[in-house]
Amino acid sequence: MSEHRLNQHPILPPPEDAPSIPFYFDGARHLARPGEMISTALFAAGIHVFGHHPRDGAPLGIFCANGQCAQCTVVANGVAVKSCMVPVEENMVVTSCDRAPALPVVEERPEFGETVTETVDVLVIGAGPAGLSAAIEFGKLGMKVLVVDDKDRPGGKLVLQTHKFFGSIEDTKAGTRGIDIAVELAAEVAAFENIELRLLSTVVGVFSDGKVGVVTGGHYFLVEPKGLLVATGAREKQIPFPGHTLPGVYGAGAFQTLLNRDLVTPCRRLFVLGGGNVGLIAAYHALQADLSVVGLAEAMPQVGGYQVHSDKIKRLGVPVYTSHTVLAAHGEEHVEGVTIARVNEKFEVVPGTERSFEVDTLLVAVGLSALDDFIHQAREFGMTMEAAGDAAEIAEASAATFGGRIGALRLARKLGIDVPEVPREWEEKLEVLKARPGAPVTDMAKLPDLGVYPVIRCTQEIPCNPCATVCKKHSIEMRGDPILGRPAFLGPECTGCTKCVTICPGLAITMVDGRKDPDFPIVSVPFEQSGAHVEEGTMVLATGQEGEVLGNFEVVGVKNRKFADRTLLVQLRAPKGMAPLIAGIRMQDPGEMMVPVALLEDGRVPDDTIICRCEHVTAGEIRKSIRSGTRDINEMKAELRVCMGACCGKNCPEHISRLFGELGVEAGEVTGQTIRPLFVEVPFGVFAQGSKEKK
Amino acid sequence: MSEASFDVIVIGSGSVGTPAAYFLAKAGLTTAVFDAAASPGRGDNRAAIGGVRATHSDRSKIAVCQESLTIFKTWQETTGDDLLWRQGGYTFVACDDNIESLLKALLVKQRKFGLDIDWVDAARVKELVPGIESNGLRGGVFSPGDGSASPLMSAHSFKVQAERAGAEFHFGEAVKDIKVEDGRATGIVTEGGSYAAKTVILATGADASETGAMAGLDLPVVPDSHEAGVTEAIGQFMDPMVVDLRPEEGSRNFYFYQNSEGQLVFCITPEPPIIGKDRRSTSVFLPQIAKRMVALLPRLRNLKVRRIWRGLYPMTPDGFPIVGHSPDVEGLFLAVGMCGQGFMLGPGLGALIARELSGRATETDQMVLTDLRPDREFAGMEALK
Repeated sequence: MSEHRLNQHPILPPPEDAPSIPFYFDGARHLARPGEMISTALFAAGIHVFGHHPRDGAPLGIFCANGQCAQCTVVANGVAVKSCMVPVEENMVVTSCDRAPALPVVEERPEFGETVTETVDVLVIGAGPAGLSAAIEFGKLGMKVLVVDDKDRPGGKLVLQTHKFFGSIEDTKAGTRGIDIAVELAAEVAAFENIELRLLSTVVGVFSDGKVGVVTGGHYFLVEPKGLLVATGAREKQIPFPGHTLPGVYGAGAFQTLLNRDLVTPCRRLFVLGGGNVGLIAAYHALQADLSVVGLAEAMPQVGGYQVHSDKIKRLGVPVYTSHTVLAAHGEEHVEGVTIARVNEKFEVVPGTERSFEVDTLLVAVGLSALDDFIHQAREFGMTMEAAGDAAEIAEASAATFGGRIGALRLARKLGIDVPEVPREWEEKLEVLKARPGAPVTDMAKLPDLGVYPVIRCTQEIPCNPCATVCKKHSIEMRGDPILGRPAFLGPECTGCTKCVTICPGLAITMVDGRKDPDFPIVSVPFEQSGAHVEEGTMVLATGQEGEVLGNFEVVGVKNRKFADRTLLVQLRAPKGMAPLIAGIRMQDPGEMMVPVALLEDGRVPDDTIICRCEHVTAGEIRKSIRSGTRDINEMKAELRVCMGACCGKNCPEHISRLFGELGVEAGEVTGQTIRPLFVEVPFGVFAQGSKEKK
Repeated sequence: MSEASFDVIVIGSGSVGTPAAYFLAKAGLTTAVFDAAASPGRGDNRAAIGGVRATHSDRSKIAVCQESLTIFKTWQETTGDDLLWRQGGYTFVACDDNIESLLKALLVKQRKFGLDIDWVDAARVKELVPGIESNGLRGGVFSPGDGSASPLMSAHSFKVQAERAGAEFHFGEAVKDIKVEDGRATGIVTEGGSYAAKTVILATGADASETGAMAGLDLPVVPDSHEAGVTEAIGQFMDPMVVDLRPEEGSRNFYFYQNSEGQLVFCITPEPPIIGKDRRSTSVFLPQIAKRMVALLPRLRNLKVRRIWRGLYPMTPDGFPIVGHSPDVEGLFLAVGMCGQGFMLGPGLGALIARELSGRATETDQMVLTDLRPDREFAGMEALK
């Protein structure tokens, strides 16, 4: 089996099918798994460069892995396709794409068919946590619901999440892994006869006659809903810097797709830019796949994501560089290194603080922006509509799950269904789930004078309370708010059951058990890496709360409790004074440094940096246009072709806005681009064939 | 404070007003252009697909578009700006008897005007449009001198060059009124102020009727809408604009070409016409145009559509533009009712207007201004609109 395939994982089940479908890339034969996307099969073969840009010859590869851009275009059996959305077929001939591909001559026209218009009560766009939760509410109300999603399985980005979720057990399935929440929600949806879930279905346009165009498996349908629930989630923000279009620079979501959905290893050594939850979790997922995470940089003085996520990766050995940014990714055809530097409080680069690392991949996790194109169009066309989840407001999946339910009830009311108003406490709960993490605090609770007790390292207010819920002795209390408050072990007693340890999504709780040997208690550490690394009898390097090295300790047991759902308990024997300090186990050494490379002069994006990745328009060209007086992005389109590429204008407007700001042009002076269908490119043949089945 | 005064004020920075400003400024006239939008061409210029042809069926449009062709062909040489001009020709294909006889009848007329257009057989059409459905293909007419350019880049460049020649542009400044005193236009009133001019040019496209009313005119310009789109870029495989005039249920004709970026740009004429100013895309267009295009050129089945839009054709009763001095208001010059051909007529008309207003009109210009005069009968009907 290929060295680029992930064959074992501490959480994910091994793949069902072995690679068995032969295909060819630029003449060489490879094998794909049945149903595997071309891009994934190429990554499994160690191929990351899929073509070169016709304008400047720059290498192209995967960027979004989500069907939203066209960076991964290849020619498959003569036709240009987005390789991340098209499965490999037996003996498919795939070639790299270095220029505008030729359009093959076909002798016969396809059979034409009518485009069917389906009417439903509600069309839900997106089968992620918000969409599925909304569908369940509509289902309960007996409404006829169609849920469409462009992926091959329901769950949205939940299917990438191997970690346990935050929130509360009752409302958001806290303590259950994202991948399993997806399955549970999908099963609930499947129980309703009045809900149809249609996968591999892409919404391509919303039209002024109130109809929504959907492509399913090469067929085109129109859906005319009475109400529209938009739960399309978010797209990953990009940040331009020299080298950011190199293959090997991915959005964290694209990386998680390759790793956790497709079970291929896109790299060996990586760096992460962005300390929000997405970046922190992506780093964690990489470690679970035994990849080296050389470091993580965050421009703010403190990570934006949950402290527990940050601490978790620090303990495993990942340096977190706060007040740092990435200056450049280096490499000719692929990322070979990255340079970071410190930034001051104005986010200006501090000269002399540059440091470079040898990596083959850089993950960009600098935030998400709502996928709200549908919302704008539907609103313009006066459709009855609600948005939920990240499409409405970027937040955690737990908030999306709950927000979907609220959105559904709101839409039902708008449609005249007799449902009570959304309860006030729901709204309040949603606000709690969306809450930004509080400031970290260091006041650790005083250790109890008991033989066995948990040590809780939950250092900031986040919406999460399963540890308190699972404690049979009710000894863990949420201080202040019942969900936002920080948990504390207040007694009276602890049975040492370790349920609080294994359910904690932040892996922030350990159990110290001195009942057998008060001087050398056993510390149970939650562990979600491969169990092969922590065999009984070996020594491991234990780390404290934020990764500080505490010394080597003997593993005296590795427990895989049924209730722990694949979270192992690694038991270390440690002296009494040391035992409560042990929080984790280091699994890797921090990255080696390379020689520092050429530096930036003023901290601004250099002129030759590509801003529009479809048409390869540079920052310099855009600055020149702005300086010449352009204030309408539509005119800039005319001039430079920004926003006119294959991503359908999704990616560069925000960077262009930033350049306007950099040159002192106020946002109010700038006219934005006009949004029009289509949202993704669709072949003429699909529209011509209509809704009929292929002959 | 005295108000700013110009030789010419152009209302509308679209397909006609923007090149007109360039030629007016070049002719030494002080020129100001006003448009409510934020940049040039934001009305229906941006909706034009970019075809430029002289092969019309009447002498006035032929003359104007011949000059437009010259301007497009020489623009890069003159100014350094690339408008993505491509001389790929036009081919009207004949796939049935009716169209064959219509095209052949027109051909006689067009050749009489000295146009470079001829009948070509099916084999030649297949060379021009590789992969075209040969079943039923009779041949077509081909005019190698016609071509295409980017409307977006043209509007931008005409503005930049007009500014360079001394014209000033007031974007985001909607015209509220045309000042008329004693039957004479003296200037305009905008959201931002009041401006005086010896001549006010109305180049307001789909808004001609409303802006004409500001001067008390009742202009017979009614917009209807056509839908258009653009595809991904593919390797160059065909040069000409392809026009299929066959009517089908729901549409009259459709046309498409491959631009110099490699993208196909396409458009359909709905039947019956959709009257009004609604520019929002409908769900009807894509299935309709896709069937027509794939039926004519089956290889297009694999070509991906990127973006669609809807644009307005400011129609007149006879299908010809209204160009000339207003007979009712002195000092008001009309350049409206382009019937969807503003992009190809604009540069030629701009040059003509500049000559007329600077007293240098030629005999041909006089002929055009006679044929397209605002107070004509509107009795005829354009054959190839």
